[in-house]
Parts: sequence; C-alpha cells; structure tokens
Amino acid sequence: MLLTITAKDENAEEISYLFHKHPDKFQTSEITVGKTHVFYPEVSKEQTTIALMLDIDPIEMVRGKRNLSGKGFSLQQYVNDKPYIASSFLSSAIIKMFSTALNGKCNNKPELVSKKYNFEISISVVSAPKGGEKLIHDLFEPLGYSLEIERHILDEKFTNWGESKYYSVTLKNEITVQDLLTHLYVLIPVLDFDKHYYVGEAEVKKLLEKGKNWLPNHPLKDLISNRYFLGFKSLQNKMYQILEEDSEEESEEISKEEKIRKKTLHQERLDVVLRKMKESNVSSVIDLGCGEGKLLKKLIKEPQFKKITGTDVSFNALSFAKEKIYFDKLNSRQLERISLFQSSLLYKDTRFSGYDAAAIVEVIEHLEESRLEHFEKAIFEHAKPKKIFLTTPNKEYNIKYEGLENGKFRHNDHRFEWTRNEFENWAEKVAEKYNYEVEFFPIGEIDEKVGASSQMGVFSLDE
Amino acid sequence: MKKINIPKNALVILIGASGAGKSTFAKKHFEKYEIVSSDVCRGMVSNAENTMDANTETFELLEFIVSKRLKRGLLTVIDATNVHSDSRKNLLKIAKKHHVLSVAIVLNLPEEVSIQRNKTREDRDFGNHVIRNHKRSLRRSLKFLKKEGFKKIYKFKTEEEVNEIEGISRDKLYNDKKEFKGPFDIIGDIHGCYDETISLLEKLNYQIEINPEDEENFGIKVTHPEDRKVIFLGDLVDRGPNSPAVLKLAMSMVKNGNAFCVPGNHDVKLKKKLEGRNVQTKHGLKETLEQLENETDAFKEQIREFIYGLTSHYIFDDGNLVVSHAGLREEMHGRTSGEVRTFCLYGETTGEIDEFGLPVRYNWASEYRGKAKVVYGHTPVKNAEWFNNTMDLDTGCVFGGKLTALRYPESELVSVPAKEMYCEPSRPFDVDETENSSQQMNDEILEIDNLLGKKYIDTELQNNILIKEENAIPALETMTRWGIDPRWMIYLPPTMSPCATSNLEEYLEHPKEAIQYYQKRGVSKIICEEKHMGSRAILVICKDTSVVKKRFGIDSKNPGICYTRTGRNFFSNKTLEQQFIYRISEVLTKANFWEEFETDWVCLDAELMPWSAKAQLLLKNQYSAVGSAAKQSLNATLKQLEKAKDRNIEGLDAVLEKVSHKSEAIDKYISSYQNYCWDVTYLDDFKLAPFHILATEGKTYDDKTHLWHMKAIAKICHADPKIMLKTKFQIVDTSKEEDIEKAIAWWEDLTNKKGEGFVVKPLDFIAYHKNEFLQPAIKCRGKEYLRIIYGPEYDLQENLKRLKNRGLTKKRTLARKEFSLGIDALKHFVRKQPLRKTHERVFGILAMESEMVDPRL
Repeated sequence: MLLTITAKDENAEEISYLFHKHPDKFQTSEITVGKTHVFYPEVSKEQTTIALMLDIDPIEMVRGKRNLSGKGFSLQQYVNDKPYIASSFLSSAIIKMFSTALNGKCNNKPELVSKKYNFEISISVVSAPKGGEKLIHDLFEPLGYSLEIERHILDEKFTNWGESKYYSVTLKNEITVQDLLTHLYVLIPVLDFDKHYYVGEAEVKKLLEKGKNWLPNHPLKDLISNRYFLGFKSLQNKMYQILEEDSEEESEEISKEEKIRKKTLHQERLDVVLRKMKESNVSSVIDLGCGEGKLLKKLIKEPQFKKITGTDVSFNALSFAKEKIYFDKLNSRQLERISLFQSSLLYKDTRFSGYDAAAIVEVIEHLEESRLEHFEKAIFEHAKPKKIFLTTPNKEYNIKYEGLENGKFRHNDHRFEWTRNEFENWAEKVAEKYNYEVEFFPIGEIDEKVGASSQMGVFSLDE
Repeated sequence: MKKINIPKNALVILIGASGAGKSTFAKKHFEKYEIVSSDVCRGMVSNAENTMDANTETFELLEFIVSKRLKRGLLTVIDATNVHSDSRKNLLKIAKKHHVLSVAIVLNLPEEVSIQRNKTREDRDFGNHVIRNHKRSLRRSLKFLKKEGFKKIYKFKTEEEVNEIEGISRDKLYNDKKEFKGPFDIIGDIHGCYDETISLLEKLNYQIEINPEDEENFGIKVTHPEDRKVIFLGDLVDRGPNSPAVLKLAMSMVKNGNAFCVPGNHDVKLKKKLEGRNVQTKHGLKETLEQLENETDAFKEQIREFIYGLTSHYIFDDGNLVVSHAGLREEMHGRTSGEVRTFCLYGETTGEIDEFGLPVRYNWASEYRGKAKVVYGHTPVKNAEWFNNTMDLDTGCVFGGKLTALRYPESELVSVPAKEMYCEPSRPFDVDETENSSQQMNDEILEIDNLLGKKYIDTELQNNILIKEENAIPALETMTRWGIDPRWMIYLPPTMSPCATSNLEEYLEHPKEAIQYYQKRGVSKIICEEKHMGSRAILVICKDTSVVKKRFGIDSKNPGICYTRTGRNFFSNKTLEQQFIYRISEVLTKANFWEEFETDWVCLDAELMPWSAKAQLLLKNQYSAVGSAAKQSLNATLKQLEKAKDRNIEGLDAVLEKVSHKSEAIDKYISSYQNYCWDVTYLDDFKLAPFHILATEGKTYDDKTHLWHMKAIAKICHADPKIMLKTKFQIVDTSKEEDIEKAIAWWEDLTNKKGEGFVVKPLDFIAYHKNEFLQPAIKCRGKEYLRIIYGPEYDLQENLKRLKNRGLTKKRTLARKEFSLGIDALKHFVRKQPLRKTHERVFGILAMESEMVDPRL
C-alpha cells in the first residue's frame, strides 16, 4: 500500500517540517504486523511529495488467528488483500509516522500548522466493497476535495469477470496537513469497513478526537460512525451521547421510525400465526425452524401454551434464541414448559412428536426443493402434529419490492419462492397424502392483483 | 446334593432369614459384581446398612441395577432376605421383562443358627422376633415358589447341606450355538415342497443319497463336500404336496449333524395334533394329515419328538447370526421365555385384522438396529432381501413362488422356482416390480438419532472412530442446508495430507519426502499420479434413470449425480447438469463399461476441471481481487521508490528489492490461478479426470491396485477423449534410485509447467506397515501452485523459512479416519445395508472436516 501526498505551492518542501521527516532520509518504523516507511520521491520548492508505504508481513498478520473452516472460504486469511490496500493499518501507520502533524504540532515552524497547501493525494489502492465509487465521492467531497478515481478490473485475462472493488484514488484539496491526516485516518477504514484490531470503547474517543472539527457537520456522519464502529450500535450511541444530545435524538427518532416500518411484515406474520394458534385451542407447540426465537418469545407470554419447544438446524440461531428468551435463567418449572434443541427438518426426529401444533414460519423456502420430500415425511408422516401453521413468501408480491431485481429471490438463501397457486397445489397434495385438511390465509396487506406478501397454510389432521 | 445347575444368564434370587448365611453363600459361589446386595444398596442411599426408613430407595436402586445387568445379559444374584412373595414379585417381573430365567436358592436354616450368627454381628441389633417373622414368611411361601415363576428351585435346610455344595455350574442355553460359524445354507419355508427342496440342495452342491427306507435315517444321507450345513427355518409341513418326505429329510439331516432346524408355527400345530389335542386343520394341516395316513405310528411319534425337541431360535457365529421362524427382536436374542418362543413362532401382531382376514403383522424389522444378522421366514415375500440387517427367506414356494437359500457368510441367494402353485395365497405376496424395496422405503427418511451427539463408529479398517459432538453440530447444518439427497451420497472423499516439509531451501514441498513416507514404511511399489487442479467431484452414474429408481430409490430426471467433497450438488445450472450427467453415462455405455463390470451404475472419484467452473465466486471475490489490488498497489510503490532512488536517497535499496520480489511474486500468483481457469461455453469445455472406480453393483475396488484403477479408467477415457481426461502416472520401485529420480524429474517438469503437482500412493489401494494401514495418499504440490494456498508472497525467503514450521499429525490422523469411514460407507451401500449405516459414515466425514486443521495443508 502506498500513500503519497504532494504539495504544489511555493515553498512546497517546507512540508517536511510539518511531517517531521527529513526529506533526504528513508525512514522505517515497526508496526504490529510489519513495517512502515516514509520517503520523498520528489522534493523541490514547487512540488514536494512525501510517500508513506506499508510493508505488511502476511504471515505475521494471520498468526494466532483462527478461521473456522466450513464458514466461508477457509484460505481467506492467507490469500488476502490486506497487505495491499488502504485499511486500518494505514491509520496505524499515520499515527506511527506522522503523530506530530496529526496532533497539529510543529516545533520548528509552528506557523505552518494552520497553513493550507494545495495538496494532491494518491492512494493505491482503496478498497470500497460496500459503497464503491459513489461513497468515495460522498465521503470526501463534503470536506472540499475534488477526486479522480480509477477503478481496476479483476483480471486482465478474464475481462468478463468484471470490475473489482479496488480504486486508485487521487484527491485534491487546499487544506492543512492536520485536517488531511485526520480525514484519511478516519475515512480509509470506513471505506474498507473493517479493522485489524478489536473494536471497543476506545474507538469512540479516537473518532471524536480525530473528527471533532469536521465530523459533526458531515452529511454522512451517521454512516461514518456506524462503519467506523463496524456496526456496533452501542458504540455509536455512546458517541452521540458525548457529542450532542440534540443530534442524537433526531437521528434516533429516524432510526426508530425506520425500525417500525421494517419490522411490520415479519411481526405481522408472527402475530397472524400466533392469533391463529390461539384460536385453534392448542396447548403444546413446537416451532420448527425457530431461528432466533422471535415467535417463541411471543408464545411464552401466552398462558394457553403449556408446552413450548423451539428447534433449528443452526446452532448459532439457537444461541441467539436462548439469549432472547433468557433460557439460562429459567427455573425448573419453566424448563418443563420450554425447551430448545438443534435438529433438522429433513430427518425423522421422535422429539418432534406429540405436539398439538407446529409452527413452520418462513422455513421451507430455505430447503432445496428436491429435498421437500424428506421434509414432508419428517413432519407430516412422522411428527404428525394435530395442526401445522406453515408460511412462505408469495412470489407474485415480489414486483412490489423496489430494488428487487426481476426473477431474484427476497433472500439470498431462498432456494425457491412460490406463487399462491404453486403453494396451494403443493399444500393440497401433501394434505391429501398425509390425511390433513388445509386452509389458506394471506399475510400482510393484500394487493388486488398479486395478493399479500406472505401466505399461510393451516393444516389440520383428520382424526 | 453336591452340585447345582443354573442357566448362564439367570437371575438368582437367594431366599433366607437374616443371618441365614446368604452373603457368605453368594461370595463363595459368585463373582463380586454378580452379587447385588440390599445391604449395599441401603448403604449407598442412606450411609448405613441398617437404616430402617430407606426401604423404598434401597429397593428402587437394587431393581435398577438388576434391570441394567439383565438387559446386558449378565448373571445376577440378589442378596436380600426375599422371604416375602411381594419382594420376589418385582424381581421376577424384571427377569420376565428381559426374558431371563429365574432360580431360587432357599437357605431355610434353623432359627437358632440365624439368631446365633446375628449375635456376633454388631450391626444387627434387632430382636430375635425379626428372625422369627422372616422364618414364618418363608415357610408360608415355600410351596408357591414354582407357581410364582421360578424355573429352578434349590432348598437347603441345614448348614451341612449348604456346605456340601461344591460348585454351581452355569449351563449354556439351548439356543447358544455361537461356536458354529458356518458356512451355512439357510433355507426358508418349505411347506411340503419336497422336490424343490431336493433341487435346491443339489443346486447348492449337496450330495444326496437315497437308500431303501428301512435303513437308518429313512435311508437318506446328505453331505456337502465343503462341509456346509443347512439351517431350516421351520414350516417344513402343511399346504404342500409331500410334507412327510420333507420331514424325513430334515429329521435325518439334523440327526446326522448336517443341519439345524427351528420350529415354525405349522410344525408346532402338527405336533399338537399328534399329541391328540384339538386343533383346527385349516391352512394346510388337513393335507399333511392325509399324507401321513399311510405312515406308521412310530414315525408319527418320531415327528412329535423331533418337533418337541426343536429350539425356537439359534445364535450362531459368535453372535453374528440369529435364525428363527418369524424373526426376533434384538433384546430377545439368546434369551428364553414364553414371549420369546411365541415371537419366534408367530412374529408380532398388532391385534388388527387386514382386508384378507389375516392378522396384521407388526414390522419388527423396520425397527431392528442390531449387529447380528437375523434370518427368518414365516411371511411370504416376492424376493428375499436385506432389510435393516434382517432377511425374510420365505419366498412363497408353496404359493407358486420359489424356494430360496441364503449362503452364509457369502450373503448370496440361491433359489429354485416352484414347480406349481400348490396353494392359493390368501394374501397376495407379489409386490409390484416398480415399487421400492422395504429397505428403500425405510430409507426414504433417515433418523436423526444416528447423527446427533458424540458417536463411535466401527469400520473394517479402524474401530471406535470418534465423531465429536461439536463437529456433528455444524455437519448437521451443512448436510441439511446444502447436502444432496442422502440416498445419492454413498461416499465422501477423505482429506489428504501433504508430504513432510522439504528441507531444500527453496521448497515447501518436494517429492522426496512424499516418496520417503512410503519407502521408510516398507512399501516397495508406489504410484505417482498427476494432480489435476480443478474441483473434487464424486459421480454416481447409472445406465439410465430406471436404474436410479431401482437401485437408489430416487425419482430423478438425470441418470446420476455429481457432487462436491462436502456433499453439495456440483452444478447449480440444471440444464448443464443434465447434459453433463447424460454425457458421462453415454461415455460409460460407449466404453462398454456396464457389460464389462456387470453393473448398471458406478461411483467415480474424480477431478472436474476447470477450477473456474465451480470456483467462480471464489476467483472473483478472492483470487483475482487480491491479484488486482496487489498489482496496482505494488506498481505504484515501485514507481515512487524508483523516483526516490533517483534522488539518491540512501537505505532504500533493500526495500526496493523486496518490493520488486513481491511484484514478481504477484505476477506469478496471477498467472498461477489463471492457469486453472478457462471459460466454459460448451460441455466439451469441461474435463473430467476420474482416478478411482469406487464401486459398482455389489462391489468395491479397494482390493485392486491403483494401476488397475488407472488402466480401467484409461479405457473409459478412451471412449470420449473430448470430455474425459486420462491421468498421467509413474510407478516407482522405492528401492531403485533411478526410479525415484525419474519421478522427481517428472514432478519438476509438471510443476514448472504450473501443474499442481502429483499424488503419491502405495500401489495397493490399502497398504500396511506393522499392522497399521498407511496414509492412502500423500500430495506433493508445486511451488507455483502453493501461492494460491499460502498466499502470493509465501516463497519470499523470510516467509518460507517461517512457513516450514508446520505440523501434519492431526491432518494425517483425520485422513486415515476419513478414509476408513469412506470405504466403509461404500461397502455398506454395495452390501445393501440400511442407508443409515452409509449415511452415518459420510456424515462422520463431513463432521471431521469441521475439525480445526490448518486449511493450507
């Protein structure tokens, strides 16, 4: 990774005082996982360039880090772009090499600290995986920069693989050295949306300190802080608390409103399922594919349900569900009522048997269509609850979702999505085969043409 | 009385007042753990052996221990007073539940003896009235012991009598024939079909001599040149044309020691009739009686005795084979009780009656999970087949079906068709040909119990392979969310270890170490096979889709499947998948494979190229991305460094040199991954390079050398070289230096041309050293290839030095375990064992793959 900062002014070479680095020396310092070097490729009165170079040790970088295999690409950390891109390592290097300038000090020529230079800054390369070119513009332009951005293709031989997420970026601005460095210090990791170290409360202080002069007025301050804290809401809230009570309230209100709007569909789905269950007079319920336990939490509050069980194939989801319902704090009487375990809906599991009702909410579309046969057997033939409340998206409704490409599914793990007709055909076939009656209900606001967003089949066992 | 006899796995209940000497008696005649003492149990639940208020807990614990022991088939002795019938009742119930015989040993000694003994014991400070009460209860119940259900009762009245007992002999049960290991020919229900029986015996190569009847054994002499023995599964008689002749044949063979026979319900009914009891002559007994009219009374008495003497089931071959007429649940194997006998004769019925007026039979075999094979008859089926390790051999000969024998241990079926339909079946036993078999129907859905939690799996190569719970958890998720239908997934490939790290300066891996691994372990011939860089693919290919239905029980549009090493479908594009599968099936047809291997399906282990076909996302998100970022970043850095150099800045030479090395490394890295990529527009752009023929119908090929595999595969490749790729190989004699040098030179050539490298294997598929089987394969990867594994800059000097510090032990342990599981999964499949056996093995492999191992190895 290389950062060059070029001053194009009279007395351009005086920036060496500001950066506190001798123009004729090649200077090296150790950082956590490698080295950083500073040198001047070009020095003259008219134009002086200082270069900050990172030499990341790819082996040291991954030492002691464990990558759970089976999760993503197991060689990810070994075949990694970090040594070559501008990332939080660059911020560390700035601190290491340019701390005096960053802190607005210059002992020999203190008057230069507030002097603005015509700077041209080049970074090779910037990684902007989420946001791309537009985000680079949106982050720097409000701070007065003009930009030249060159996007790199993935592979010269296989041009059909397309563009990469990497950019060579040239920034131009008339600005003090201190401001320039604080901008880079904060915004580079924001673009990369990653940090090489543990993100904790110390980050709040760092961001406030480096951003105090410009962040509060930056139109993207919400996004910047969110990404700077890698999405940890608590840190962001803490920052707003310290920063200004006013702006915090404003932004919180917006996000609350957003949350309410977003929540509606899934909440409504759960509420419909819950209402139908309550009407149908069942007392023992198993939530098959309970996920993070949203429905379980609702079920637990209802005295009608004497026995409540949740199961999911994802151990992670179950851990979240456990937290959500405070599973570890339940007393022995509550434990008789509530249980959770890992299982799969594609195998016969005797623990599924003996329930009045099963909820299968937005689950089947995550199964391979070719394996539905196993699901049907496991649930309808073997578990055989008296009632089954099963929901799945209505594909027809997808056209109502802006931004959802035609033919794409709502979730990237969906293996299929059905129209109302397809769902009903399937449900009726299964009901007939396994001796159930089935009734259908739309979930969500009903559109005259395409129906509701989600659909539910309520199966009742013929006895 | 000097010696007493008890069954080997009996429940022995000692009965006697306090102080009668029960504990002393028990200790003298039984082993430490065989004795379950109420005093000890009382101590365990209350801290003292004479606590009076802990009775309930004491006996709950005692009965719990007794249950566990009896369940496991262990002889158990109860050391408690047991003087009340109530206290014995529970114990007898437990024995009955586990089909174990109960023996009472009564120490009915004079009161004075007990009183005297208790006086000398400090912990027995209760009054003498207690002993008197015990004696009274004992006396009262003595004569009812037989009625209570004790099979044997031994009573002793004096100390002298007790002392006279020299030992207790433990008798083997009649059903225990474990020492007979076969080979056997097990024959299903005959029902008087004499001619077919003779034909079948002849087909099985028995020599049959029929002499005049007045000679011994009705003049019949049957022998087998290899000393095989016949096992008759009962129902010799009724319905058919010649029950007396069948009886004579069976009786003579049993008497001569050439056969075993278990009784069937028809045989027992005949016996009852011969005893003069009133039984219905429906269902074929009438015919038997008519056929017996001309026989002598003496013969009829012989028949009665013969059937009376038959044992309802037998256990053979160290417990690996169980036979009875109507099958037997695992918990009843080797046990004796009325229930066991009833089960053996009639099977299990639900009490319901079906539309043909026959009792509905409970399908005990669908729940059978035992290790022993259970072979039985009783219910006519069209074809005999393995189902959960059980086989029903009654193929309805008398109903016009066939008479079938199972050769054990070969597991081959031999049958002769019925000459005619002697009797109309009351329930049709012909199943529709297109229907799946019972095993396949049972396998349509598997049980989760076999996968959850910590498991140990035994395989032919290794026993007790541990599957950890923490590994089963992610495997269940992978299998559920991504796995193909388990009925297809008959194999998953094992992980493969690289060779030991090279000590040559510029290499991380070098063939020398790979060859040495086998050389040092006494393997004289090895094979080096070129390693193709694509994606591992397991292919199950059938001759056509009807074979898929018949053999795999799947309704599929394609005559096969191609899946990855983690059990995911290889193709996401359905059209492409269909074309590919059909193409490979045609290749095999063209290569005459089906005829030559006498099969209609095959499982191949292969590499499918290009890598980019499967790894497109990985290449875009990771490989080319890193290359693109690195190239731009390093170029910019170089440019600025050179500028600074032009300014004569000192001290940057080393850095400049390093960056140019890095830059070269990146170029090599890019060309390395590019080498494994090409666009796939047509089917012919794929290249399939199989390297193992894993299995075909009834066979696995782990007994063939890799040379055999290579040759057989070359033949397939020859049929369609456009899509098939032959793997190059060299055979190396590890004692010949020139062979080794040649192989190394070949490797250098391959890897210089950016090939991945090669895999070194012992020539035998499975090779041993000091009784341990060796790594099935060791990979040795080229310098350039390793860039895409260890990172572009891995070979910079200061990096390589550090990377050489790597441990292979865990990888190799996993490789061996996964190999054992994989081979075993296939074997269970080709032997038509229940699918869960295969599935738990492939699941185990998947679980092991979530074990933390350096992914670069």
